[in-house]
Amino acid sequence: MTANAILQIVLFAAAVTLTVKPLGAYMAAVFEGRRTVLSPVFAPVERLLYRAAGLNPSTEQHWTAYALAMLAFSVAGLVLLYAILRLQAYLPFNPQGLPNVPADLAFNTAVSFVTNTNWQSYAGETTLSYFSQMVGLTMHNFVSAATGIALAIALIRGFARRSAKTVGNFWVDLVRATLYVLLPLALVMALVLIGQGVPQNFSAYTAVTTLEGLKQTLAQGPVASQEAIKMIGTNGGGFFNANSAHPFENPTAITNFIELWSILAISAALTHTFGRMVGNTRQGWAIFAVMGLLWLGGQAVCSVAEYQPSVKLAALHVDQTPNAQQAGGNMEGKEVRFGIVNSTLWAVATTDASNGSVNAMHDSFTPLGGLVPMFNIELGEIVFGGVGSGLYGMLLFAILAMFVAGLMVGRTPEYLGKKLEAREVKMAILAILVTPLATLIPAAIASVTPAGLAGLNNAGPHGFSEILYAFSSAAGNNGSAFAGLTANTTFYNLTLAVAMLLGRFLWIVPMLAVAGSLAAKKIVPASEGTFPTTGPLFVGLLTGVVLIVGGLTFFPALALGPLAEHFAMHAGALY
Amino acid sequence: MKTSHVIRDAAFGAIKKLHPRAMVKNPVMFVVEIVAALTTILFVRDIALGRGSFGFALQINLWLWFTVLFANFAEALAEGRGKARAASLRATKVDMTAKKLADQKLKLWRKVPAWELERGDLVLVETGELIPSDGEVVEGVASVDESAITGESAPVIRESGGDRSAVTGGTRVLSDTIVVRITATQGSTFLDRMIALVEGAERQKTPNEIALNILLAGLTLIFVFAVATIPAFAAYAGGRISVLVLVALFVTLIPTTIGALLSAIGIAGMDRLVRFNVLAMSGRAVEAAGDVDTLLLDKTGTITLGNRQATAFLPLPGVDERDLADAAQLASISDETPEGRSIVVLAKEKYGIRGRDVGHAHFVPFSAQTRLSGIDLDGITIRKGAVDAVLAWAGPAADADALKSIADTIAKQGGTPLAVARDGILLGVIHLKDIVKGGIRERFAALRQMGIRTVMITGDNPLTAAAIAAESGVDDFLAQATPETKLKLIRDEQAKGKLVAMCGDGTNDAPALAQADVGVAMNTGTMAAREAGNMVDLDSDPTKLIEIVEIGKQLLMTRGALTTFSIANDVAKYFAIIPAMFLAFYPQLQALNVMGLHSPESAILSAIIFNALIIIALIPLALKGVTYRPIGAAALLTRNLFLYGLGGVVVPFLGIKLIDVAITAIGLV
Repeated sequence: MTANAILQIVLFAAAVTLTVKPLGAYMAAVFEGRRTVLSPVFAPVERLLYRAAGLNPSTEQHWTAYALAMLAFSVAGLVLLYAILRLQAYLPFNPQGLPNVPADLAFNTAVSFVTNTNWQSYAGETTLSYFSQMVGLTMHNFVSAATGIALAIALIRGFARRSAKTVGNFWVDLVRATLYVLLPLALVMALVLIGQGVPQNFSAYTAVTTLEGLKQTLAQGPVASQEAIKMIGTNGGGFFNANSAHPFENPTAITNFIELWSILAISAALTHTFGRMVGNTRQGWAIFAVMGLLWLGGQAVCSVAEYQPSVKLAALHVDQTPNAQQAGGNMEGKEVRFGIVNSTLWAVATTDASNGSVNAMHDSFTPLGGLVPMFNIELGEIVFGGVGSGLYGMLLFAILAMFVAGLMVGRTPEYLGKKLEAREVKMAILAILVTPLATLIPAAIASVTPAGLAGLNNAGPHGFSEILYAFSSAAGNNGSAFAGLTANTTFYNLTLAVAMLLGRFLWIVPMLAVAGSLAAKKIVPASEGTFPTTGPLFVGLLTGVVLIVGGLTFFPALALGPLAEHFAMHAGALY
Repeated sequence: MKTSHVIRDAAFGAIKKLHPRAMVKNPVMFVVEIVAALTTILFVRDIALGRGSFGFALQINLWLWFTVLFANFAEALAEGRGKARAASLRATKVDMTAKKLADQKLKLWRKVPAWELERGDLVLVETGELIPSDGEVVEGVASVDESAITGESAPVIRESGGDRSAVTGGTRVLSDTIVVRITATQGSTFLDRMIALVEGAERQKTPNEIALNILLAGLTLIFVFAVATIPAFAAYAGGRISVLVLVALFVTLIPTTIGALLSAIGIAGMDRLVRFNVLAMSGRAVEAAGDVDTLLLDKTGTITLGNRQATAFLPLPGVDERDLADAAQLASISDETPEGRSIVVLAKEKYGIRGRDVGHAHFVPFSAQTRLSGIDLDGITIRKGAVDAVLAWAGPAADADALKSIADTIAKQGGTPLAVARDGILLGVIHLKDIVKGGIRERFAALRQMGIRTVMITGDNPLTAAAIAAESGVDDFLAQATPETKLKLIRDEQAKGKLVAMCGDGTNDAPALAQADVGVAMNTGTMAAREAGNMVDLDSDPTKLIEIVEIGKQLLMTRGALTTFSIANDVAKYFAIIPAMFLAFYPQLQALNVMGLHSPESAILSAIIFNALIIIALIPLALKGVTYRPIGAAALLTRNLFLYGLGGVVVPFLGIKLIDVAITAIGLV
């Protein structure tokens, strides 16, 4: 790795860390219903919305009601989006005259955007009208992200409240997350992106003659508005097929840095919101530290792997050292303008968070470099993770870690003063089971059925990695693709959709059950016999538990994919 | 019982426990049994068809069964330790008869078998007879040999009224005759419960154990997904994995170590308490003991020595100190209480005042109503007692305030003032001092380190209580405690989310004992107290509460430590089996064989042998429990993570390698 690379990694980490406190504190104020700087603007809108919906914002819900509201909202959104996609030919803002989306692809896409996954079996510019992109997808980019944040807040309330029956009101949390958090951030970011040259129009595609004298069609549209929420809401679904590698989505070094920051910004800041709402900001920083450590580990491995000279080229005595003239290392599948470190920064951040946007092709990473994004997703999308979903996922892991740690200090386990009993353990483990279930089972089916194998473009362990990555991405609600897999088939559209649904909702329901159960408990005051969850020991413990659970679950599969490929590469075989 | 017998019985027990109905209670080991049965069927089929590798398959099958058997053995061994005691307890139960009274006054009785007795029946028990069932002495005093229950051979006094009225079925009256009202029906007597407890027959899973079982079942399911998908993934690469190898991988990955030892740990925890002469009525109580935040301790007998001692005579101005000592000695000469005797002793030591013949005097014993005692001798009346009581007895006096100020000084120093007056004239005050037990300060410091707050309960006034609290190092105190204030204190603590432990013996302790999360009743106490508590201390030693807490913590820690160890073990097992499994089609994965194991067969076999043997190796730890040190939660966790987490990663690497070398050397593979 070069000094420049290390500097860029440090700058990125600093940018994310710096916004944790202000953004986190702001969100705590929003969800505790306090007045914020934006209240004068949004409070009237908020009141209007409640009045229109006939909703009393001070009515709170039991966790089951909260869960039902969330499910009902998601199902309605799913139906709406499916309908838009199936009918887009008859709907406005379709200058290219794109036809209706086929049923399986529409279903896959609808599931994908409702679950905050943004897996794209399609190429945006050749499949979706501007109406579908804006009203269908962008709207879901907002509300699926807001849903995630709302759910995390419900779990935080579970920890913060004592002997309470309710965990909040889903509709209120949804509205507040959208109005006060996502909308202003997306608005500012979209304007900056427009300033940097990202298109925002409803024009038909432009045909141009390139310098080489060839004809090219320049796809465009309302890109900036979708790009902003795609990044800030950990959605990741690109306007264009090339996603953030496309110059219209990510034109400059500045947009690259801002977009990178926005991948982790809200998820990282939510740790501070958590700390504030449970009354001890150090609790939030401890969780942030766990996520930061896991990010750093992945970033280090991925960057080092990508800076490795190619084994085959080295045998031919090709100079592969990074210098002013060349990036060195593995540049296959990477944008020259981004180079290695900005590609790995993006790859690691986008898979730590369940963002799923890409600015380089993960498929072309070295085997170990590609293992990192895949493993990040398989950890359960909890290293910062999706907005909200990352925090609630990590807190469920914290419950498991504290259960074992609590036993080891000779007390009935507790976390943040809440006793962890059979119900919490049961629900946490049920949720955590979803990742292996929704990843491994469909991946196993795909690797032995003709329909699954038909989509492969590569042989050997690399082909297997493509299948494994696809289902990891779907189950983890990430949405990035390893590429190299033709996923727009009935088989993959349906299996991936199922994996996305399981990965989202089978996590959420037990998680909300935990929230409800915790809220109903008393808070045990801390004593000398209580293991403190703010120190390095807790950080180390939780990091270890996350790595061990993920590692033990996926080691056999990873051995047959990236690891087999890695060792084969050193033996001279490429796939 | 001899050790060899215990082990032999446990070995038989292990086989008996293979019954699925017994196994199903332990989800992890039940899964192992199912897959062992499955591979055995496949093995038999392969032999019949003459295919497969006989030696390797046989060994894997055997070790799978050994894994199950070792788990059962651990449980049987833990149970076996209580069995011997249960057998001797049961022996006392056989053929007990009772003299059931038809009329208490006339002592008319008829002989009935003990099992016919019902609650409320009155029975007569005479010298040399066994008390037929639990009850309350309603008439008489007797010395009772309770060694059958407590193991303590010195007889104890049981008498009607007061706090020593409870008698236990199966104990023997050594002298005198008592009438007992039966308070327990047969089958639910203390002896019955004790037998059930030490045998582990009534053992129910405790809340933490249930939660842990769920966690282990969840981990097992994760490994079902991880292992069940391997054949498909391997098929993609053109490989085939035999069911045998998959089962071997699966069994080594699921948390068999903790799964195998979990119930043994629970039984052993109860057994440790029983050996400690404490009977816990439920496992839940033992766990709760580990969680206790607040410990209520009676001052007398726990923090201070049972008896207060006179240390000084403090006369009023104008009164000769010797005169005061003389009057005090005279008032106490027939006072057989330890305090009374200590006054006589002090008078003799300080002023050489000897005992006198006061045969014709009238001695006034202390009573709770008058709070006075004294003597009427040759027209002189002397009274000693609580300051206000003596003041009231003496009537208005000019030096009452002087007396009170002396008394206050004593109280502030933690002493008890005992005023003395003669013929209505105040003489002075005797300083009775509580003697704080040696080493108690250190114990409280240790409890603080555990995160436990100690509260001293005393009937003393706040001043005295504060002084003793300061001297003993207790965190807080409740002075002038009554049953109501005690109960309120417990409720207040519980409302703050704290778990409270206390011990008590009297009937008026019963509500508080029942309210406390851990209530330890003294065996010498009343039946009401014993029924209200969830533990009974057979030695009636209130300081034991501290050890009970430690045993509770140890129980949880042992579970946590072995869970961590069990999961940490998986890393090495993966590195043993994964390369071995995939070598046939991905030879490059040999690079993952970091232990350099001899062959795929030896690697798989070594892993499964290690997995089975580690159960046996950890049985002593499971039975003995992980050592608890009061060093604070963070330090404790660091220590245990290092020992059982890091140790759990390293040990199997070494163990599997050693087994691999050994089985290769003797040609098993």
